[in-house]
Amino acid sequence: MRSVSVDLNHDASLLIDIPDALCERDKVKFTVHTKTTLSSFQKPEFSVPRQHEDFIWLHDTLVETEDYAGLIIPPAPPKPDFESPREKMHKLGEGEATMTKDEYTKMKQELEAEYLAVFKKTVQVHEVFLQRLSSHPTLSKDRNFQIFLEYDQDLSVRRKNAKEMFGGFFKNMVKSADEVLISGIKEVDDFFEQEKTFLLDYYSKIKDSTAKAEKMTRAHKNIADDYIHVSATLNSLSADDSTANKNRYLSSSVSLQKVEGRVASDQELKLTELLRYYMRDIQAAKDLLYRRARALADYENSNKALDKARLKSKDIPQAEEHQQHCLQKFDKLSESGKKELTSFKGRRVVAFRKNLIEMAELEIKHAKVSSTLQPTCVRLFVYS
Amino acid sequence: LLTDKSGPASLPAEDISANSNGPKQDSLFDDDPEDLFAEATEEVSLDSPEREVLLSDGPSPAITPITPPTSVITPKTCSDPFLLTLYSCFLKIEEEEGGDSFDMHISVSDPEKVGDGMNAYMAYKVTTKTSMSLFKTDEFSVKRRFSDFLGLHSKLASKYLHIGYIVPPAPEKSIVGMTKVKVGKEDQSSNEFVEKRRSALERYLMRTVKHPILLKDPDVLQFLESSELPRAVSTQALSSAGLLRMVNKAADAVNKMTIKMNESDAWFEEKQQHFENLDVQLRKLHASVESLVCHRKELSVNTAQFAKSAAMLGNSEDHTALSRALSQLAEVEEKIDQLHQDQANADFYLFSELLGDYVRLITAVKGVFDHRMKTWQKWQDSQLLLQKKREAEAKLQFTNKPDKLQQAKDEIKELEGKVQQGERDFEQISKTIRKEVSRFEKERVKDFKMIIIKYLESLVQTQQQLIKYWDAFLPEAKAIS
Repeated sequence: MRSVSVDLNHDASLLIDIPDALCERDKVKFTVHTKTTLSSFQKPEFSVPRQHEDFIWLHDTLVETEDYAGLIIPPAPPKPDFESPREKMHKLGEGEATMTKDEYTKMKQELEAEYLAVFKKTVQVHEVFLQRLSSHPTLSKDRNFQIFLEYDQDLSVRRKNAKEMFGGFFKNMVKSADEVLISGIKEVDDFFEQEKTFLLDYYSKIKDSTAKAEKMTRAHKNIADDYIHVSATLNSLSADDSTANKNRYLSSSVSLQKVEGRVASDQELKLTELLRYYMRDIQAAKDLLYRRARALADYENSNKALDKARLKSKDIPQAEEHQQHCLQKFDKLSESGKKELTSFKGRRVVAFRKNLIEMAELEIKHAKVSSTLQPTCVRLFVYS
Repeated sequence: LLTDKSGPASLPAEDISANSNGPKQDSLFDDDPEDLFAEATEEVSLDSPEREVLLSDGPSPAITPITPPTSVITPKTCSDPFLLTLYSCFLKIEEEEGGDSFDMHISVSDPEKVGDGMNAYMAYKVTTKTSMSLFKTDEFSVKRRFSDFLGLHSKLASKYLHIGYIVPPAPEKSIVGMTKVKVGKEDQSSNEFVEKRRSALERYLMRTVKHPILLKDPDVLQFLESSELPRAVSTQALSSAGLLRMVNKAADAVNKMTIKMNESDAWFEEKQQHFENLDVQLRKLHASVESLVCHRKELSVNTAQFAKSAAMLGNSEDHTALSRALSQLAEVEEKIDQLHQDQANADFYLFSELLGDYVRLITAVKGVFDHRMKTWQKWQDSQLLLQKKREAEAKLQFTNKPDKLQQAKDEIKELEGKVQQGERDFEQISKTIRKEVSRFEKERVKDFKMIIIKYLESLVQTQQQLIKYWDAFLPEAKAIS
């Protein structure tokens, strides 16, 4: 997962990681560990416990900070979702009577592995979020970010205050209006025109790819589960059969296949994770475009207001000031937006490259392993 | 003269039981010189070079009991040195034993729709290749329809089941599947249905002729050889397999209620338990494999969808090298989808259908055990009746009724004959079942072994293909800059 974004966390002045986490029922408690040489922090090394909602709070405050309107705010980590393994665990409990002990144990192991995988994934996704922030020249200096890292009390009190102030207003607005606004605005800058076209199109494509990749992964998991049942039944067949040895080798080969199935799904998970992460990142880039489009709209409105004021010969200085202010804001957004989007593209290409290479190499490695192991099983099977 | 011919290596010692319900049976193969399996050892017959040619013969599949619709690894297509060694070992084994000891191959091919509408039916070409003197020529073909197969089975069942022979069940009837074909729906599912049925009919015939007794049955010979066959009408209501199942179920129920057989032969008790257990396990396995087939098909569909989506993503990507890589990824996934489909076919045709066959076969085996019980019951009944008659005769001795006495004596004589016959029948069916079960088990082991090897090979082939595809993709991914 670390490879999804490029290597973060190499600037020694601010190093963040999540060394461990606890899962209590629905809640995951992350331990956020910081090592820093910056004087803005009280201590050089410290850890705090944080919940998922704290991360969301941090993300939202960053989004709603005017000064960061021209930046791509790293996407918020998704909520820890143990729904799938939990449901499976429940089904497994119900079906326990129909399975052999061996089968049940294997299924349980498989489920535990899945649970662990979800857990690992959520830790990493939260970690990457913080590391994106710490490696950003501007965002790493954010006051709320510092509070998040340092404040050794429960953040939930502070969170509630923040919610009252902003009410999540901006976020809701963005969700419903951005497509219309972005596509509606007449673009003067070629760069942004291209980016707009590209990002809108790319977003819908990558969203689709993510969904399809997820379906592939699920189907692979189902097959791995089927192999558990098959190999378990083969084992019990061999229990009272004179062909015991044969079935043993068969079932060992089949369980190889099961492992293969799980591994293959892990590969796809890599692909799915890559796509999902960048889908969210592109949404963040789109949000930037939206903010810029709104600034442009504000600027255009301020122009109209100025013209009106000039016509009426009333409140001209205020209108001029307002127009200047809007222009400055828009220019600032455009300048920083350009930088952000350019570096984003570079980051994205590098991450895709790394992930695709790793995925291909792992696929090859695992296929090689099973294509040599299986003939051995065939041989043992035949000569037994 | 009872010769103690030691059985083949694979036959477990306990098959020859010391305490049986009939006379001592030291040799199971004595009175059947035509038993082709007397010398059978752990032979495995992989694709011989001869069959390779047949495999590549267009849509008509090779004359093996189960053939996957796609290509199997042959020495030609396989470059893996280990697998090649494996093949050469097998060919040597085959040479040493003079090849496949069963010199008869039947293929069912060229399904052809005859007629229109609801009266339409599928005609299949049944080709027999053999050098056995039992037949007039080396190779001959006839056209048969599904109901002909059912008719053959019902005749064989009525002749042989009740004396203890395990008659292979005919393939299942399918009203839904057949209707689609009749109505003329030329889509993938009806093609799959026809192929599934064709394959099942082929396996059915091969199993039937592999049985040394059934092979010589005139109905079987007529089925294979004669160009015209009287239409089998009794199959319309129910398929024979369905009928058999119904009868067996009823018999089961009755047996469990009334027949408390004095089983003094542990072999039978143990075997019955064994088959009960096997039944449960095979059904379970079959269900799991069917689920596997379903999920693999799902994976194939999902992979194809993802491939399309990745292609579109590649088109949308503005970085040239990454765009190309994504398009390549889409192509790789498309190829992998085809791999999944092929694997699903292998899962199905090799594994799933075999299991289905054996689930039905086990039902036939259980039926045969039930017949033995009924035979025993019949014998016991006549013994009881004889007993009664003897008692009655004894009483009549003291009365002065010479006519009645003579009648009683006559009846007793008749009954004594019946009892003897009953005992002989019971011994015979017990003996036959022992032989049949041993043959069945050997065939089962052989069948499964061969299929499993083929299946494992298909898995290996999939892995090797995957390596090729990802190997080709890797440089594209590395070229992104």
